[in-house]
Amino acid sequence: MIEIAIVAVKSALLLFILLTACAYMTLLERRLLGKFQVRYGPNRVGPFGLLQPLADGLKLVFKESFMPAHVDVIVYWLAPAISMVTALFVYAVIPFGPEVMLFGQRVPLRLADVNVGILLVLATSSVGVYGIILGGWSSNNKYSLLGSLRSSAQLISYELALGLAVISVVLTAGSLSLVSIVEAQRRVWFVALQPLGFLIFLIAAVAETNRAPFDLPEAEQELIAGYQTEYGGFKFAMFYIGEYVAIVTMSALLTTLFWGGWWGPVLPGPVWFVLKTLAFVFVFIWLRATLPRVRHDQLMALGWKVLIPLGLLNLVVTAVIVVLRGT
Amino acid sequence: MVVEVIIFVFAALGALAGGLGVVASRLPVRNALSLLLVLGSLAVTYLLLAAQFIAVLQVIVYAGAIVVLFLFVVMLLHRQLGAMSPDRLRWQGPVAIGLSAAFLILMLLTLRFATNAAAPAPAEFGTVESVGRALFTSFALPFEVASVILLVGIIAAVVIGRPASRPVAAPPRSSAPSPVGAPRR
Amino acid sequence: MPKVLLDWFYVAVFAVVGTLMAVLPLVVVWLLAPRADLPQKTITYESGVIPFGQAWAQFNVRYYLFALVFVVFDVEVIYLYPWAVVFRQLGTFAFAEMLLFLLVLLVGLAYAWRKGALEWV
Repeated sequence: MIEIAIVAVKSALLLFILLTACAYMTLLERRLLGKFQVRYGPNRVGPFGLLQPLADGLKLVFKESFMPAHVDVIVYWLAPAISMVTALFVYAVIPFGPEVMLFGQRVPLRLADVNVGILLVLATSSVGVYGIILGGWSSNNKYSLLGSLRSSAQLISYELALGLAVISVVLTAGSLSLVSIVEAQRRVWFVALQPLGFLIFLIAAVAETNRAPFDLPEAEQELIAGYQTEYGGFKFAMFYIGEYVAIVTMSALLTTLFWGGWWGPVLPGPVWFVLKTLAFVFVFIWLRATLPRVRHDQLMALGWKVLIPLGLLNLVVTAVIVVLRGT
Repeated sequence: MVVEVIIFVFAALGALAGGLGVVASRLPVRNALSLLLVLGSLAVTYLLLAAQFIAVLQVIVYAGAIVVLFLFVVMLLHRQLGAMSPDRLRWQGPVAIGLSAAFLILMLLTLRFATNAAAPAPAEFGTVESVGRALFTSFALPFEVASVILLVGIIAAVVIGRPASRPVAAPPRSSAPSPVGAPRR
Repeated sequence: MPKVLLDWFYVAVFAVVGTLMAVLPLVVVWLLAPRADLPQKTITYESGVIPFGQAWAQFNVRYYLFALVFVVFDVEVIYLYPWAVVFRQLGTFAFAEMLLFLLVLLVGLAYAWRKGALEWV
């Protein structure tokens, strides 16, 4: 029983940190976009606008909770919940740091280390598609439906490229456990061994999170925000949280798989992990500020005709190298 | 032990509820969601059997790909909020009940004659290493055959899904008409 | 509980706590948020005009086609994970096996490509 309580408290703490980080990521994004576009961004609520996320959160809670006519009620409420829960779930297996000594006990800085860690992450993100499909379907709105269809087609297309990049990493590390993958990068980070894999993963990650330049599902100018059109108040916030958590997840995965996870000189492990993750979050925002949106046919062509063949090639080359070095 | 039993009961109830939902609901999208519940519960059951790789695989392939495909089909075919089509098979109900009864009897017989000797799983059991070692040594031939089956699957998907009009960018082909007559959609 | 399942048990607890964190705010919001249902308000949004027709217009069959091809390739990719893990132990034999497997599937990809199944029109 004590065991369960400890794990539950640990989980709650982790989730709390995660949600706070996401709230502040929205502020970071708005401030940075402001800088990119030579304007201020939100800077009125508290010093440097630091209380802005709080104000936003309160506003969303007290927004009217409306529901359009002719929606499928159960599915309509279920969709944002699926989106948010699956996004959070991934953090059960991501390692934040090595084992540390705390109060004379060895405490691993992670929740769980399962044998199929990275597969669990991929499985969860593949279930996350449902939040988007169902949200668009249940809203009974043309924009929503179109947005959700586009989004699901995009997600499943880039999932393959993502998987192929991950397999190259697994081949190099020889394990699916995220902890072992990080351990294997003690000497040399995988970005040096898998530069092509890293690029494929980065592009696929941007597409998987529906971020610019692959933000077609939400294209404001054509789809009014896609599958979220009929969502307001806290239900909208849940989609939003799901999306931002997914960005942090992808950044954390990029760190874990390619940039050595918690390894780094001088500073303690978790600090390195957070710094690297933040760097990738910045890259996501930077991309959004820089690149225009691609067309749908370009998107599909890039996924199927460039990334998947490149991923297969990368895989075969990696395998050849592993065989040659092994013998 | 107790925790495992509790988890199993929840998984079993989830699977049962999902199964009922699959047949009971008249909205195809809800049917697909119920199927999702069944698959999730099965994944938990696999986990309890220490088959972790199979459990995750179940979620990735069935929940992440196949049910998505189902949802696409439902959305494609049924315009009215994914409502059921009117022309149902008349003999479907009785046959389904008969087959379910037969399956139930089969399961009960299996339980009746099962030797009640459950050994704890060996330490390596169910890990991706043990699955991989078995797959690429003892089951190498079935594995290669699987690739051919998947190839057949791709070809079938391309043939079935071919649109009525040729895409502009595709190169011209021989003049043979499409074998399935490419139904208009 | 066997050692293997212990970590999975942590994952399960995390999932339960995470679900609570998503559901509890929904309940709170249900209690707190104001509601004023007017018939006009529940009309779905269509750029400010009264929506016409159904949201359920038929859509491009391509979505379905991509989903079909995706399912097949997803299964293929799944096979690669156990291979990548045991590759070092089995060495050249496993490499040859996978090369054959990949070749057959590359034929499939090439076929789909050639037949224009990967074009979005």
